Amino acid sequence: MRKAFVFLLVVSLVTISPTLVLAQTGSEVLIRNATVMTAAKGTLEGTDILVRNGKIARIGKGLTAAAGAQIIDATGKFVTPGIIDCHSHSMVDGSVNEFSYSVTSMTRVRDVLNPKDIAIYRALAGGVTAANLLHGSANSIGGQNSTVKFKYGKPVEDFVIADAPAGIKFALGENPKRTHVQLQPGQTPRYPRTRMGVMETIRDAFLRARDYKQALADFRVGKTKVPPRRDTELEPLVEVMEGKRLVHAHGYRSDEHLNLMLIADEFGFRVATLQHGLEAYKIAPEIAKRGTGVSIFVDSWSYKLEAYDSIPYNAAILWKNGVNVSINSDSDERMRRLNLDAAKVMKYGGVPEEDALKMITINPAKQLGIDKRTGSIEVGKDADLTIWTAHPFSSFSRVDMTIIEGEVYFDRAKDTQMQEQIAKERQELEKMDVNKAPSSGGTSPRTPSERRAEERDEAEFGGNQ
Amino acid sequence: MRRFSILDLRFSIGRSVSLFTAIVISTFLTAAVFGQNDGTEQNQTGRAGTFAIVNARIVTVSGATIESGTVVIQNGKISAVGANVSIPGGAERIDGKGLTVFPGMIDAGTNLGLGEITLGVNGSVDLAEVGNINPNAKAIRAIHPHSSHVNVTRVNGITTVMSAPTGNGIITGQAAVVNLNGSTQAEMALVPEFGLVINFPRISTFGGFGGGGGGAPVEFSEAIKRRDAQLEDLKKFFRSVENYARSKEAYEKDKGLTYIATDVKLEAMVPYVRGEKPVVFTAERERDIRAVAKFVVETRLKGILLGGQEAWKAADDLKKNNIPVIFTNIYNLPVLEDHPYDYFFEGPSKLQQAGVKFCVSTGSNGEEVRDLPYQAGIAGAFGLTREDALKSVTLYPAQILGVDDKIGSIDVGKIANIVVADGDILEPRTNIKYVFINGRMLPLTSRHTRLYDSFKDRK
Repeated sequence: MRKAFVFLLVVSLVTISPTLVLAQTGSEVLIRNATVMTAAKGTLEGTDILVRNGKIARIGKGLTAAAGAQIIDATGKFVTPGIIDCHSHSMVDGSVNEFSYSVTSMTRVRDVLNPKDIAIYRALAGGVTAANLLHGSANSIGGQNSTVKFKYGKPVEDFVIADAPAGIKFALGENPKRTHVQLQPGQTPRYPRTRMGVMETIRDAFLRARDYKQALADFRVGKTKVPPRRDTELEPLVEVMEGKRLVHAHGYRSDEHLNLMLIADEFGFRVATLQHGLEAYKIAPEIAKRGTGVSIFVDSWSYKLEAYDSIPYNAAILWKNGVNVSINSDSDERMRRLNLDAAKVMKYGGVPEEDALKMITINPAKQLGIDKRTGSIEVGKDADLTIWTAHPFSSFSRVDMTIIEGEVYFDRAKDTQMQEQIAKERQELEKMDVNKAPSSGGTSPRTPSERRAEERDEAEFGGNQ
Repeated sequence: MRRFSILDLRFSIGRSVSLFTAIVISTFLTAAVFGQNDGTEQNQTGRAGTFAIVNARIVTVSGATIESGTVVIQNGKISAVGANVSIPGGAERIDGKGLTVFPGMIDAGTNLGLGEITLGVNGSVDLAEVGNINPNAKAIRAIHPHSSHVNVTRVNGITTVMSAPTGNGIITGQAAVVNLNGSTQAEMALVPEFGLVINFPRISTFGGFGGGGGGAPVEFSEAIKRRDAQLEDLKKFFRSVENYARSKEAYEKDKGLTYIATDVKLEAMVPYVRGEKPVVFTAERERDIRAVAKFVVETRLKGILLGGQEAWKAADDLKKNNIPVIFTNIYNLPVLEDHPYDYFFEGPSKLQQAGVKFCVSTGSNGEEVRDLPYQAGIAGAFGLTREDALKSVTLYPAQILGVDDKIGSIDVGKIANIVVADGDILEPRTNIKYVFINGRMLPLTSRHTRLYDSFKDRK
């Protein structure tokens, strides 16, 4: 019974959501009298932000807007840049892992994005405006990522940040080894099964990519008459070597992250980010020297062996070594409270407030190569902003409004109205014949066609964290 | 050459003596070198003494906040609290200027100490016994006093937890209420056999009680039948416990009767079936929670609800039958797509408005129990007052666990489980300055500070 009306509600929610979620904005929006935490030039009290055509046009006191502009009174409230999550699987429809091979660089997250994933709305309600959507971590070399803004209600094309550099997921350690996954009777283990094998799988892929690149070059200069067959597995790796594609490398232990960086040294590229990097603090100087970023869980630990040496001081040690650190969620749930995760690094190791805020805004923007357009509150940047009821590092704070390129995508007041509307609609649906319990003459329940969040979590189990 | 192993001890007396001596010496050396080591090897138990925290802001929780006053700790208890109290001679003074004294926080819904690394390190996992009916499985027998979860949790101001056996069975075992300090389980124990944990048989079209089971989904009406059968089995088991207890008593009075052999499972059930001790029921959905309430009434049990996603919807049943809720869902996503985004954030405040006794809990295995204050804070952002948010992790859990005469507030005579901080303990930016458990001042070291110290200056 329940399932049937869930299905109907999903359909109706999707139908009505765009008009409810999106405020009708003119070309100008003026946010008035807020405490503005810029993540660039400190915190400004009693400050206005003028947004024009989706960009931040002016920041200052006593600003005025054109007639018809949307005015938001933010007295007593805080404004931060929209939060950017450098590790997410939201919107990725179905399984996040192409399990069959350990090198699946030909696969693309872009092909399976679901713009109606409810996780997007919940993330917006936690102040998140952009994310790095990654393939899972079951493979030594996983698929190509997508860097998106959470424009819930818009077609999927509008989500993808067109000028964001391309990227690819790598993974090291327990997940690509797959040793913590029970094999079914008769099932043979997949290579690689050890950290030795993982490193060699990656190295082998780059050797093949180097040969492919050579073959392409030879053809181009006329040394060979026949071009090599196009190889969609190796193409992205050639782009990595040419510095045109960012490597986001999942890993926990410091030794394996260091080994990957040594392979990168060998093939002449820089790893863009060490994802999770829970032991990155042990090799902070080596990371700093290479200019590699680290995107961490702030304080997750002990949930598996390779997470046992994770410490909440990780961010502080990396920060002191000059490493660009971001704090990610890797979870539809945790994504909703990255502000509190950032607050924790002030306590653990004494990271200053603005640097802590940067770890969920401009730092991930830099790691994803989108820092020219977003990640801080500066004139000329995209107006990706979150308005908070209190200091965002307070556990008592709440998101009031989340804005992307000047458009309001989450509004607490509107959400409250929408909740009432949905509750009313649910009541009406429950009364319908189709939703009556079989005992009261109704029909048997139907299985919802929409994928539920927990099913994805199941698919991910042991495959991502 | 023959490979030397520890097994050689059994065969070579001479060598075993020297090896034994070597082990003893190295143990002492290790203890000396790593005196401040606070990893799994040995949790430091701090030092006892008479302490006076002076000039501090004191948030008593039970009564008014004292803006500047003194808390005296003596013989493990709080011996004096107030703006003007006399400090016993020889007391160690702690300057509390700029600091605030809070009661230690309590997480009433964890599995702390029962699983160090739950994915892939099975040897460290003691969460769930085999089988459906395990009332004699006692958490207090397995909680690891030297788990690093203990030190990592307490340095963030959580001083007491309820730790429960879990799993897919129906009766998973007996939970313990423990303080997060002690070299032995006995030293940690506040209520060693606190409550019986029952995964209440639920209506589920996917598999059976508890959430496991698997198999093909069944029709809803079939799921109800299956639940009813499980419930009937449970009731039968309760009746056999009653019969067992009566027969035992009769034999004690008249030894001429047939002797009744002891059954460890039935024996363990007696105080719970008789309503002398609480039964903790895990249930999340409204229909299952209402079924719990009905069961508690029918069997005249002392019931507590653990989980409670939709508890507010069944508030009338819970309130009427005095069933409190240990709410463990702040960090869970709403279940259905059309649930409001703040569905569980608002859970505690909805329970409060409905007049149901509740507390906020992480429901964590152990590693995330330290987030308890922030979960309470989120409940505060979505409806609870600051005062109630604090109570939801101090006095309220103490009341639900039946230990509010011992812990949960800063009052004379209570156990000195005390936290001193430089701000509101529910805020993530606040630093904890002192932690006392049973009046012992604990080192603020943990597995994490140790690793931090080892690597923070590496060049």
